[in-house]
Amino acid sequence: MRLPSRPAVIAALTILALSSCGTGTPSGGESVTLTIAANSISGGKNSDSADWIKRWVIPEFEKTHPNVKVLFQPSGVDDEQYKTKIALDLKSRTGADVIDLDGIWVGEFAQAGYIKPLAEVGGAGVDAWEGWSQIPQAVQGLGIFDGKKYGLPQGTDGRVLFYNKTLFEKAGLPDPWQPASWQEIIDAGTKLKAAGVPTPIQINAGTAMGEATTMQGVLPLLVGAGSEIYTGGKWTGASQAMKDVLGFYQQIYGGSGLGDPKLQQEAKGRDKSFAQFAEGKIAILAESDYFWRSVVEPKAGVAPMKDRDTVVGYAKIPARQPGAGIRGQDHVSMSGGAVRVLNPFSKNPKLAWELLSFMHGAAATKSQLAGQARISSRTDVNDEVLTGDPMLRFVADEVLPITAYRPGVAVYPQISVILQEATADVVSGKSADEAATAYQTKLEGLVGGAANVSG
Amino acid sequence: MIRHTVGRLVATVFIAVVLAFFTLPMLWLATAPFDDTPAISTSVPEFTLNNFAAILDNPYALGSIRNSLIQGGGAAALIVVLAALAAYALSRVRVPGRDVLLYLLLLLSSVVTGTAAMVPIFELATRLDLIDTHLGVILVVSGGLLPAAIFILKDFMDETPTTYEESARVFGASSLQILRHIVVPLVRPGLATIAVWALASVWGGFLFQFILLRDPDKAPGSVILYTLYTEGGAPKLDLISTFSLLYSLPVVAMYLFVSQRYGFRFHGGIKR
Amino acid sequence: MSAADAAGLGRGRAVGFVLPALVLIGVFLVFPAIWTIYLGLTDYRLTGLAAANPQVVGLDNYTAALRDPRFLGSLWLTVVYVGGSAILGQAGLGFALAWVLRTRTGWVRRIVEGVVLLSWILPSTVVGFLWFALLDRDDGTLNALLNTPGFGWLLDYPLLSIVVFNVWRGTAFSMMLYAAALENVPPSHLETARLAGASVFQQLRDVVLPLIRRHILTNLLLISLWTFNDFTPFVLTGGGPEGRSEILPIYVYNVALRGGQLGVGAAISFLILLINLVFALTYLRLLRGRRGQEPAPVGGPPA
Repeated sequence: MRLPSRPAVIAALTILALSSCGTGTPSGGESVTLTIAANSISGGKNSDSADWIKRWVIPEFEKTHPNVKVLFQPSGVDDEQYKTKIALDLKSRTGADVIDLDGIWVGEFAQAGYIKPLAEVGGAGVDAWEGWSQIPQAVQGLGIFDGKKYGLPQGTDGRVLFYNKTLFEKAGLPDPWQPASWQEIIDAGTKLKAAGVPTPIQINAGTAMGEATTMQGVLPLLVGAGSEIYTGGKWTGASQAMKDVLGFYQQIYGGSGLGDPKLQQEAKGRDKSFAQFAEGKIAILAESDYFWRSVVEPKAGVAPMKDRDTVVGYAKIPARQPGAGIRGQDHVSMSGGAVRVLNPFSKNPKLAWELLSFMHGAAATKSQLAGQARISSRTDVNDEVLTGDPMLRFVADEVLPITAYRPGVAVYPQISVILQEATADVVSGKSADEAATAYQTKLEGLVGGAANVSG
Repeated sequence: MIRHTVGRLVATVFIAVVLAFFTLPMLWLATAPFDDTPAISTSVPEFTLNNFAAILDNPYALGSIRNSLIQGGGAAALIVVLAALAAYALSRVRVPGRDVLLYLLLLLSSVVTGTAAMVPIFELATRLDLIDTHLGVILVVSGGLLPAAIFILKDFMDETPTTYEESARVFGASSLQILRHIVVPLVRPGLATIAVWALASVWGGFLFQFILLRDPDKAPGSVILYTLYTEGGAPKLDLISTFSLLYSLPVVAMYLFVSQRYGFRFHGGIKR
Repeated sequence: MSAADAAGLGRGRAVGFVLPALVLIGVFLVFPAIWTIYLGLTDYRLTGLAAANPQVVGLDNYTAALRDPRFLGSLWLTVVYVGGSAILGQAGLGFALAWVLRTRTGWVRRIVEGVVLLSWILPSTVVGFLWFALLDRDDGTLNALLNTPGFGWLLDYPLLSIVVFNVWRGTAFSMMLYAAALENVPPSHLETARLAGASVFQQLRDVVLPLIRRHILTNLLLISLWTFNDFTPFVLTGGGPEGRSEILPIYVYNVALRGGQLGVGAAISFLILLINLVFALTYLRLLRGRRGQEPAPVGGPPA
């Protein structure tokens, strides 16, 4: 009897049997289970954060809470996919008790009823928490929607201009370099071009780079032109500020040779911009401190520069001209950051808050940063940890006070896309005015008419 | 005769070009995993096996290939068995409108395998308590692939001769016996082909596997491959290239095994 | 009835055979598909206010899509993509390979078939990286071979790139199907035609085509459906640059997952279904048009 279908049937049945065993609920008398979900995974994306949860948070918390079992549910994928999974979980009223979210999603999750204010879920303990006094108001804003606190910020970042000191020296440019206006960036680019640098300036543009275009390009420039994308319930349309921003893109990508238009269109353009900066082909690059920590980091970066500390310089992003930025600033930046929220459908909300606040205590935060410097949400920890890294110190001290945040509302991702499309138009040769007009039309379509658009 | 020779020559050139076209893209998989500093380019590698050591350090890499085997193998087995039964019955018994029905199901499968169906699929799996189970993944992906499998197999069975079945029936064989002992051997290469096709389709699938599973110890290779990026979305090419190779091997092995043992063809064992 | 029922299955047992597949399909395919089609009539979103309280908006999603230049552009790209890569590319190359290899045996045939099949079964993400390495602007293999450094294949010819890519990816299926079909063509018929002085084209048209008509239909139905729903080019171009390779499955992904507009995404999925139906009906018309005058399309005269 040679029956190819029989082993197949047996295999199928075995799998059915095996996997249905897995669905059984964990039996455990009195003990309570809490779950943490984060977009990190050991050996993959944000590996350190996953290791921290597994090796520090869980054992330490279980030490003081003997009847509690803490589980970790790692993901480590593309942010949009992670967001989808969390939204689906919360929509069906399941999911982990403590959940990592990008601060920018707080508004849309709250509007959908997927998350509730911390005090409503976690009880009286929330407002009494010691940590609030350590988190600067602006950073707390990452977790705030409609005036209510939905999440605890994990940390933040800032955008700066990175530059290659070797190339600057070759072009006869000063070090340290701190441009005071957009024109000074262009001037530096022109000199670099003359000195033979293939791509003097890289300001992210186009749709292929996604949110990196908006966050590292359009929005810092827009605040530098004196305007935020969303204020007082209105979205910035084809205003003068927006036209200035697109005009600046045109100066770089519109045939001057200061930027590489093709790079903005490539599906892996951002990765390539990293590699080209590391190889000394790009001289000025607008990026977040992530670039310093994880890209050109000498040992473990994706485009490591062994001489990072001596070669890579950083400068604040200037306003269009001194004083032209939002709040009359000379320099500007944009920031974002992740938060942790409580699942309102948690079976043990009070305990979940205990776990959440424990994860944001000074000891936990310090342990999370162990070995690597990055900007946490807590001032006390930053004071201690950031002394070892001048770049992050620079961001914490000089950039965060002048930074701005994105609006956390559901339609933002679509606004971000049409901003990217406007820059793509300029890169592919349209004029700034044309791109701005097209943007205005799309914007009105998205936000429900001209009444919600300013400028 | 000259025409024949020219024709032969043209055919040989054609085969050479096709061979080059199909081989060229695969070079990366042969070089990058062994390269000290892999990039998105094919180059003579600075030979190293460090990347393999690095991927073995990843706590989920090897397990994910096992999970792919469970989910892909389970789905392939389920699809082959159910599709063979259904295709046989549909081929041998005239049901009015069966072709139209089959094609409609095929069309619907295109809706369900797309991104837009993720909410219904997820809610369905939640209500059936299939979240975070291999079974859930197997059932969902099988549902999407079954119509095409039945469609292909039915075509196939339509073409196998029925004379043997008639004689077997005369000798009193039951219809399941006829299916097992007469039809299955005839269409075995086809079943094998469908199995590999199903396995390969499940093997690369990401979205449903990702939203249906929670525990990374159950995640298949396609999901783990997506985790080998940095927080900023830059691929860790040393890990990705190496994992790509390891992760492709089981499918290739299964194909080689199947084609060696059953033949990899869309036609039966006997010529008419 | 019994004449067609050679195995003596009978309706009852036939239903028993079909039932397991039907149940699985009913639960995991028909049900979610209908649900998705229903979502297409709402303004449902993944997050935000419309997630908490979705409203039925009737055919608004459909009318909006049909008026959206981005959708129409994407539709056109998809038609070119399906026509170029599936109907001409995969079916054409697949048939050519089956025809040429038909008379060969031994290692040449095994290697060619093996390589073609390998490109079919490799996981799609892996395949994306492979083609990236081939077509990359800066140090892609193709530019090195052609000595055209810096030529951006994916940027200047995005649609052509993904068409060629999909021919590479999917030819195996057509090749196998046509190889099977050609086995049904009795060599004696071809021999007779050749002796009568028919050219290869005439042989194909007069002898082969009538015999494999049904296979062509099956092949075209399946590969166009699959190509219409093929998301793989996303790993290669991400739909760019500026949407110039944004075929419909990528468009749906961008709308439904990135933009969170699940209602709109569902509506477009249903539109894709309808377009596929149009394709199917066209094939049926073209290939079954003269059925009455032909000998039975399957099998042909006994060998």
